[in-house]
Amino acid sequence: MADAAKKLPNIVINEKFCKGCSICVDFCPTDVLEMRGTCVAVKNLEACTRCQLCDLRCPDFAIQVFG
Amino acid sequence: MSVPAEKKEKVSVPFDYNKYLRPNKLPHIWCPGCGHGIVLKAMLRAIDKTGFDKNDICVISGIGCSSRTPGYVDFNTLHTLHGRALSFATGVKFANPKLKVIVVTGDGDALAIGGNHFIHTCRRNIDLTVLVFTNATYGMTGGQYSPTTPMGSQATTSRYGSIEPPFDACEMAKASGASFVARGTAYHTLELEKTIHEAIMHKGTSVVDIIDACPTYYGRANKFKSATHMMEVIEKENTVNVKQADKLPPEKLEGKFLRGVLHKIEKPEYCEQYESIVMEKAKAK
Repeated sequence: MADAAKKLPNIVINEKFCKGCSICVDFCPTDVLEMRGTCVAVKNLEACTRCQLCDLRCPDFAIQVFG
Repeated sequence: MSVPAEKKEKVSVPFDYNKYLRPNKLPHIWCPGCGHGIVLKAMLRAIDKTGFDKNDICVISGIGCSSRTPGYVDFNTLHTLHGRALSFATGVKFANPKLKVIVVTGDGDALAIGGNHFIHTCRRNIDLTVLVFTNATYGMTGGQYSPTTPMGSQATTSRYGSIEPPFDACEMAKASGASFVARGTAYHTLELEKTIHEAIMHKGTSVVDIIDACPTYYGRANKFKSATHMMEVIEKENTVNVKQADKLPPEKLEGKFLRGVLHKIEKPEYCEQYESIVMEKAKAK
C-alpha cells in the first residue's frame, strides 16, 4: 500500500543550460542520473531521495528537484 | 513501524534562483565544471537568507572569470577596472552607506593586480563583503599562474612547475586588519552559504576566500581527470573545518587549508567613524 502511494520526485533538467560537466552524476549518492551525450538524464527516478545535492552543486542552474 | 507512510516522505522545494537572476543573460560563459557557478548559487541563497531587498544590494567586480558574476545577477551591479573593484566599492559605500556592498573578485584580481587596494580596504575596515574566488589560475587570459597557484603546479607560464610560494588570502586579510576573515569551498556549498551569510551580516570588512576549481586550465595542466576529481582533491581532501582542526594531530593538518570563520573581531567601522566626525563638526557650528 505504502509503496503504491509513494510519490516520485520530479527532476527538471534544463537541457539548454546543461554543459555536461557530470558533477551531478558523480556526486549523486543513489546513482539516479546518467550522462546521455553531453547532457544529463534521469536513469533511475525511484532511487531519488530528494537530497538536492545535484541542484546544490550544479554550476549551470540546469537541474532542480521538485515534489 | 507505526509511522504513516506520508509522514516519512520529504517534499523537495528547490530554491528559486530566477528571482535574483537576469534570465536573458543565461546560460553563463563559465566552462563546464567551473566552480564559479556553484559559488554564485551559494551567494544568492545567502543573500536571500539575509532578507535584504534587491535594491539595497550592490554587487561590484573587476575583471576576470569570476568578475562576470554581476552580469548575471539582478541587483545594483558594477563591472569595473581590473583589480580596482575595491576602490569603486569603497566609493559606492561611502556615497551611500545604507547599501550592502558585495565585491566579487578573483584571486589574481584581488591579490595581484589589486593587491594594494585589498590591503588598504582591509586596513580601513569599511563595511564591504569581499568574496575572493580562488581558482589558482588566470582563466580568462589562458591559464597563467596566479598568486595562489601552489608551488610545483603547472600553468601555461610555469611549464616546469611554479617556483613561487603562494599567497594565503586569509592570512593577508587578517594581517591587514579585516575584522571578519573566513574560507569556504565550492564543494562544501551549504557551509559556504552560511559563511557568506555571516560575512554579509558582519559590520566591517569581511573577506571570504572561496576555493573553487578551474577544470579547463588548472585541471588540464595538472592532470586532473574531471571537474569532480578536482573538487574531491582540491576542495574536499585539501581542506579541514576549523572546528575539527583542534582535534586532529598536526601532521594531518600539514599543507591543508582551514575552512570556516577564521577571524572575527569588533572594530570601529570607517563610514561610522566618518559620520561621527561630520555630526560633531555640524554641532560645533
